[in-house]
Amino acid sequence: MKDITIQMKDVQKSYKNLHVLKGVDFEAEQGDIFALLGSNGAGKTTIVRILTTLLKQDGGTAAVNGFDVAANPDHVRRSISLTGQFAAVDEVLTGRENLIMIAQLRHLQKPRQVAGDLLKSFDLTDAADRRVSTYSGGMRRRLDIAMSLVGQPKVIFLDEPTTGLDPEGRIEVWNVVKDLAGNGTTVLLTTQYLEEAEKLADRIAILHEGKIIANGTLEELKKLFPPAKVEYVEKQPTLEEIFLSIIGKKGEN
Amino acid sequence: MEAARNHYFGDMGVMLSRSMRHVFRSMDTIITVCLTPIAMMLLFVYVLGGAIQAGTDNYVNYLLPGILLIAIASGVSYTAYRLFMDLQSGIFERFHTMPIARSSALWGHLLTSLVSNAISVAIIILVALLMGFRSSAGGLSWLAVAGILTLFTLALTWVAAIAGLSAKSIDGAVGFSYPLIFLPFISSAFVPTSSMPPVVRAFAENQPVTSIVDAIRSLLAGRPVGNDIGVALAWCVGILLAAYFFAMRAYKKRV
Repeated sequence: MKDITIQMKDVQKSYKNLHVLKGVDFEAEQGDIFALLGSNGAGKTTIVRILTTLLKQDGGTAAVNGFDVAANPDHVRRSISLTGQFAAVDEVLTGRENLIMIAQLRHLQKPRQVAGDLLKSFDLTDAADRRVSTYSGGMRRRLDIAMSLVGQPKVIFLDEPTTGLDPEGRIEVWNVVKDLAGNGTTVLLTTQYLEEAEKLADRIAILHEGKIIANGTLEELKKLFPPAKVEYVEKQPTLEEIFLSIIGKKGEN
Repeated sequence: MEAARNHYFGDMGVMLSRSMRHVFRSMDTIITVCLTPIAMMLLFVYVLGGAIQAGTDNYVNYLLPGILLIAIASGVSYTAYRLFMDLQSGIFERFHTMPIARSSALWGHLLTSLVSNAISVAIIILVALLMGFRSSAGGLSWLAVAGILTLFTLALTWVAAIAGLSAKSIDGAVGFSYPLIFLPFISSAFVPTSSMPPVVRAFAENQPVTSIVDAIRSLLAGRPVGNDIGVALAWCVGILLAAYFFAMRAYKKRV
């Protein structure tokens, strides 16, 4: 059996009168891509903020990589990385400088080399010495995720990583996320795009009205619904498929 | 916790070098912080100076302390700006989820303010020297001037931090500095307070800038400073402590 790297038990959180989390329970295993689905305002970001030590829960326990987030935040911080809703990159610095800065803050031996390697694997070498303010949305997100990988944290939190990206940018991010989990990193991903969860996630949890109302693999979730009816329909290409084939890129599928 | 403590100064150094790059890469910062006070100094000395009776034969000598305070007041508004942008962009959240001392991000901005203001003060003093500024002050007096300016910068930087940490918009974050830049005009910075009508004079003589300007002016002229330095230090330390308290409160609310 694999290790449990993220665990939440009966976690409660309120903002003034607003009871956002009403007892959230879930677990994610090492190497999983765990997708947290929910509509806007469901509390996905609140869960991420609690697990990344930015926010304290009112009740219940949360642990990451075996460390309690409330009791041992410093150990948790050594095991994680957060890529938040807004790209947390420094616009004034170049891509390379951003990565070197994070490597220095993680006290790595060769910050310059770490930065160079990540730039290469995220296909940012050509833009490495340009200021980030000149980057496209997709490039910025890739840099953002690359910064989260500095020092190879065991658990990575991606809070709506593809919100605001164009279809190409979204596919770039999807490929990165798949590679991550392949290397044994646990990824917790929040999203409001159902397609994203369907394509990437090993396990999917649905957060609704402050509780996890469904949790399992895609297959397991599908079984919750009445058996599929067989119908013959002519398959029309989606607009996304048309868009991507016209501009000459192939969608993942 | 131990690792965070061992690397405290190293982490702060990384933060410092980051925001110093922000300073040097934005022309806007350099123009406002250095060139505007220098232009003001040129204007006051060569255009208005002939008509101003300040009681010194060399008006640059009279004017310089006030110009330095204006430079610092406009310099700290960029600290507010940079803090606000950091909170907006999410990079503070990234720092706060990393195993580094939490306050190092904030202190990095404070150090940057000290270093960048020291640089602009040095540049302005050099220009003043070219314009005929002369001082008979000895090493100790210069040290005292540096001390007062450092305290003043620290105090105003914490005021800027309150604005940067609690503002809802970028205009709010930098807007606080306009009154700070105008305070020197209603003080002894440009003309002696004795020439002002009674109400204005009462305000001018009892606001922080006058005592700070007078103390620096006396130190640079090699005159005894008298009460001024005590009043100046009390203002600086008072503002520093109050602003630190409110800035930390705003900081804890945001993180």
